[in-house]
Amino acid sequence: MSIVTTETHGKPRSIAVRKFKSRAFEGAMWFAGVLALIPLVLIVYYVLRLGLPAINIDFFTQTAPPPGVSGGGMAQAFVGSAMMVGMATLISVPLGLLTAIYLTEYGRGRFASATRFVAEILLSTPSIIAGAFIWTTVVLLMGSFSAIAGAIAISVLMWPIIARSTEETLRLVPNDLREAALALGVPRWKMILRVVLPTAGAGIFTAIMLAVARGLGETAPILLTALGNDFMNLDPTQPTDAVPLRIYNYAQSAVQTWHQLAWGGAIVLLVVVLSLSVSARFLSDRQQRRLR
Amino acid sequence: MTPAEAPVRRRLRFGDSLFKGSTIFVSFGLMGLLGAILFVLLYFSLPAWQKFGIWGFLSGTEWNGATDIYGGLPFIYGTLVTSFLAIVIALPISVGLALLINEVRSGWVRNPLTVLIDLLAAIPSVVYGLWGIYVMAPFLNDHIEPILGATLGKIPVVGALFQPTPSAGNMFNAGIILAIMIIPIITAVSREVIAIVPRDLREAALAMGATRWETIRMSVLPYARSGIVGATMLGLGRALGETVAVAMVIGNGLGMSASLFAPGYTIPSVIANEFREATAIGLHRPALLALALVLVVISFVLAAISRALVGGGFSVGLARTMPEEPLPDEEKVAE
Repeated sequence: MSIVTTETHGKPRSIAVRKFKSRAFEGAMWFAGVLALIPLVLIVYYVLRLGLPAINIDFFTQTAPPPGVSGGGMAQAFVGSAMMVGMATLISVPLGLLTAIYLTEYGRGRFASATRFVAEILLSTPSIIAGAFIWTTVVLLMGSFSAIAGAIAISVLMWPIIARSTEETLRLVPNDLREAALALGVPRWKMILRVVLPTAGAGIFTAIMLAVARGLGETAPILLTALGNDFMNLDPTQPTDAVPLRIYNYAQSAVQTWHQLAWGGAIVLLVVVLSLSVSARFLSDRQQRRLR
Repeated sequence: MTPAEAPVRRRLRFGDSLFKGSTIFVSFGLMGLLGAILFVLLYFSLPAWQKFGIWGFLSGTEWNGATDIYGGLPFIYGTLVTSFLAIVIALPISVGLALLINEVRSGWVRNPLTVLIDLLAAIPSVVYGLWGIYVMAPFLNDHIEPILGATLGKIPVVGALFQPTPSAGNMFNAGIILAIMIIPIITAVSREVIAIVPRDLREAALAMGATRWETIRMSVLPYARSGIVGATMLGLGRALGETVAVAMVIGNGLGMSASLFAPGYTIPSVIANEFREATAIGLHRPALLALALVLVVISFVLAAISRALVGGGFSVGLARTMPEEPLPDEEKVAE
């Protein structure tokens, strides 16, 4: 039985050679798996090793130190990030949800598939493009870099993410539920708000968490729109700092004490973003199992 | 309908059309956003296109604020070189990884592996950049590049790619960091397209006495090929548009060297570095926006191609978290 040829034109190969090739290939697969995980391990290790010494009370309560002066912290960047991503969430969640509701509940025909296509295309917008676009519109119009411009630039990236992933979740809601509500005489909009959205609740929450995680980590759009700020700023029309932006600037400076702060910022960013992603994934797995 | 019901019905209909109208309005807004991005970038970059011409701008190698002459070729070159290097490294690893996740039936390997690869995708690019400058680049410079230069650098034609230079920031670093960043996305999409290969095809090959590798090569890979190409496009799009991680490790040099160990510059990183300093006078800003337009058009075209090849939803992360039913062990099926 071992004289099966593996090529249409080649000569029969011995089973030993074929088995060896198969084993070698399996080894290569495992090698690829290990190779891909090495960077993850190294990044987490170095961020922890170099960042932990920077973490103390001052790191969270003080603002940017002058060059060469040790101490200081990133309080202004934490506040700025929270402010901008908060505003971006307020903008992009309603927009994303309405787009998703259109796509699942109303959308038929060409316009719906065109919208889905556009949402898909916008997912691949390079983040620097969102920055350049908002700079040429919002920053030029307002005449100044600002937290508002930063928030809008992040929303450009978050809107399609929330729209597409919420759409996926809404599709998991069984049609029986919709029909049951409609059969009771509930108007369509009320059926969507009271039946579809609550059923998909965890999934929508997951979609928002993923989008927030993405927004928190973005540097490029903020670079061109919010500019950064050494001092605490709570006025959304003024230049504002953000954690990734601060890490970017500190990492590229020649000042040793700033490098340490950059690693400290990286720990905080990594912990927040990774825990958001992990819990989002956990929630969505559970949700999908429940809806099946 | 009795007269008493009429107002109620009208109110219901009003609520419905208001709600439906607002969802349609917002969907129009999403399309408007795409249109606005393209229009604004084109409109504000027009002065540069008019001055240098489309071909003149794309092929120009001089980028000089003092003479107000701008050509985009160094950035286009750097973007393409680093992205292709990233694909060359990431594609085999990602496909191997995707096959591993699909072939290994034990959940205790597969599930953690999937989660860990997704974590790699969630790391913010600035963290990659920080690690890239202070950990990865020095290691590559001191240990890997001399070895490559002494071995591959000696081969006649290909060797030009590996000529040593003293630069710490270079295109090789950028290609490696991009490869690490796009492995998760190519893996995730490839895993999906490999998972939907019909069982019949695998079983047919196994029933003919094919080994595992032969099954994969003859049944799985041909079936999944267009999907894997789509996954690669998605990864390529991500690599082309990556900004800060690349800007931090590439060395930001305008010379277009054949050697990967020389500094380079990419479209996103020049926009990040120079946009804020560009003044309203002269063509600096229009030239940067012209580069932005080139980048966004390439990204959108790649996204459209990959969507046509694999279908949508993959870059979100949710579409692929569906738990799959584990298949029975293939060896047992084959017996």
